[in-house]
Amino acid sequence: MDLLRFITCGSVDDGKSTLIGRLLYDSDSVSLDVLAALENRPTVHGTVDLALLTDGLRAEREQGITIDVAYKYFTTPRRKFIITDAPGHVQYTRNMVTGASTADLAIVLVDARQGVVEQTRRHSLIASLVGIRHFVLAVNKMDLVGNEQAVFDQIVADYAAVADQLKLPQVTAIPISALLGDNIVTRSKNLSWYTGPSLLEHLESVPAFEEATMGEPRFQVQFVIRPQTDDYPDYRGYAGRIQSGEYRRGDRVYILPSGQESVIEAIEVDQREVESAAAPQAVVLRLTDDVDISRGDSIVPVGSQIHVAKEVEATICWMDERPLWPGRKLLVQHHSAVVKAVVAAITYKVNVRTFGRAATESAQLNDIVGIRLKTAAPLVVDSYQHNRATGAFILVDELSGDTLAAGMVEAMQNSFVPEPLGFTI
Amino acid sequence: MSTPHFDYLDRLEAEAIHILREVAGQFERPALLFSGGKDSIVLTRLAEKAFRPGRFPFPLVHVDTGHNFPEVLQFRDELAAQLGEKLIVRSVEDTIKRQRLREPGGKFPSRNPLQTYTLLETIEEFQFDACIGGARRDEEKARAKERIFSVRDEFGQWDPKRQRPELWNVYNGRIQRGENVRVFPISNWTELDVWRYIQRENIALPSIYFGHPRTCVVLPSGQLLGLNEHLRLDETDEIVERQVRFRTVGDSTCTAAVESDAATIDDIIEDLLSAKVSERGATRLDDNISEAGMEDRKRNGYF
Repeated sequence: MDLLRFITCGSVDDGKSTLIGRLLYDSDSVSLDVLAALENRPTVHGTVDLALLTDGLRAEREQGITIDVAYKYFTTPRRKFIITDAPGHVQYTRNMVTGASTADLAIVLVDARQGVVEQTRRHSLIASLVGIRHFVLAVNKMDLVGNEQAVFDQIVADYAAVADQLKLPQVTAIPISALLGDNIVTRSKNLSWYTGPSLLEHLESVPAFEEATMGEPRFQVQFVIRPQTDDYPDYRGYAGRIQSGEYRRGDRVYILPSGQESVIEAIEVDQREVESAAAPQAVVLRLTDDVDISRGDSIVPVGSQIHVAKEVEATICWMDERPLWPGRKLLVQHHSAVVKAVVAAITYKVNVRTFGRAATESAQLNDIVGIRLKTAAPLVVDSYQHNRATGAFILVDELSGDTLAAGMVEAMQNSFVPEPLGFTI
Repeated sequence: MSTPHFDYLDRLEAEAIHILREVAGQFERPALLFSGGKDSIVLTRLAEKAFRPGRFPFPLVHVDTGHNFPEVLQFRDELAAQLGEKLIVRSVEDTIKRQRLREPGGKFPSRNPLQTYTLLETIEEFQFDACIGGARRDEEKARAKERIFSVRDEFGQWDPKRQRPELWNVYNGRIQRGENVRVFPISNWTELDVWRYIQRENIALPSIYFGHPRTCVVLPSGQLLGLNEHLRLDETDEIVERQVRFRTVGDSTCTAAVESDAATIDDIIEDLLSAKVSERGATRLDDNISEAGMEDRKRNGYF
């Protein structure tokens, strides 16, 4: 059985929490005691308020809105699902980015009465920026527009323009009513003109994890294992996770950014030696040479098109209340590697309504901007488009430790692609 | 290149090992909170996979309520010895004496709320900057909101509105002096996932997880509580002999048993697949006090 992570997004009151509640409820994933607690609460409609299954914080129940990301789980005979329920409010856009960054699929909810609105565009933009490949346009509240096919068709046509602008790879449109359960788990007679799959049928059949195991081999050292015991006097293993691709015993590799060369002597999984291992496995690599390697270094096969760069251009989503100005010094955390950096320039700001780019002097909370970043030590990166693992980073405030931004590498300046033989920085 | 197949347990395992290694790489003085329950036992198995043939880069720490099941304590000590890892035990009893705290009253005097005091004292004593725990997001709705790296202030408080964004699998553990981070490597696992992993890895567990005869008190709710010396019973309380097991091992004064003949892990999974009541709903007496009970306790530093 495999795993699919998906996010629900859309504007406030589009019914995201109700949709998730409905998926959990109709797939028989809600425990009786949890349900009983819901049934004890008075509701406006006189029915169980399914949204309460996800809004877990006191402030959320008080205000009837989703503030922070909630994670929910359910399993069908075909698949295990991790649902990320992200907030719809503009001021919680950073939480939506948080949820989208780990998702394989995005359900973009649209209220059939409202059609495509600004938040639909904003969330589609963010989901596409973080590299989500599969999109579901879920046109909700179809019961409130008389289940009219024409309404659905018009929204699908409107969204096609968005999908086109953002070059979304795959969009599946499904008319639903989360409140009534139409086309959520099973296809509904109320929408008999619709011949496609129900939402759950689609979620069960969409391919998961295509990109994780594909691509060039990438591995970053998290921790050096050196037991120094009688049994293992000279053991030195590099523990980390294969970020993409596959590693084989005997591979010739570079250690980056230093550029030293070695050969993989052994790949260990749970102390067993294996011939090969692939993303997303957590492994220990041992090399034939006693080279200087520490946390944050990358080990990649000779011939990889990975870049070693001290200057990158990146798209970021700024997540701090205090605005970002050029010249700001901060930390870049690129998985296990942390380096000092300076924001040399803010090159553009994305208009979330038009998706156009405009000049800007600063980045405010929730802005999506392009920056040029100079780092004190080289980063070992791919462009985000090329590799979702090695092209991603966060910006961190050195003093407070706060996470300031999500970043995606677009291009590298003055970078080296390590060449076989004689490579030096 | 053929794509190797990894199922969801492989993926959850890889994610958890990655998180444990990030803790080892990012913190000076981490600890693994270890109760002898199934979730923390799974964490020790994951730590073996993350750090062997080296030693764990953290001690195991148990906050002993003094109301634990003796079978669990025995298992705790045996497992720590077998792993060859350091076990630190600090007791709520001592905290109560030292801080002159009031013992909980009532018929079922749970010491769960008091654990927080001992935990915070222990964090201070050893200057732990990260505490790894076995909490899962499926346990409770406030937990569903929690990040994998969850920053606490110097008073151990969690502020759900001020959580750091957590992007991709890039975990930011940078903190200021006095703060610490709670880390939950199996956040994305459900109770069933934990059991399936225990089954797959053939992990040994304390005997109380399996069906066994036990003398129990019948609560007004119909729930069964194992008879022990901490309960303050009335003459009218009904005492029965039942075949039971526990789904979770907590404070024995507030952790109810479920009737079950399950003798093996396979049986338990069968049980779970047909169970219609959540783990906490079935077993905990103290979460239902108010709708935000867990959220409020977590805000104050509860795990």
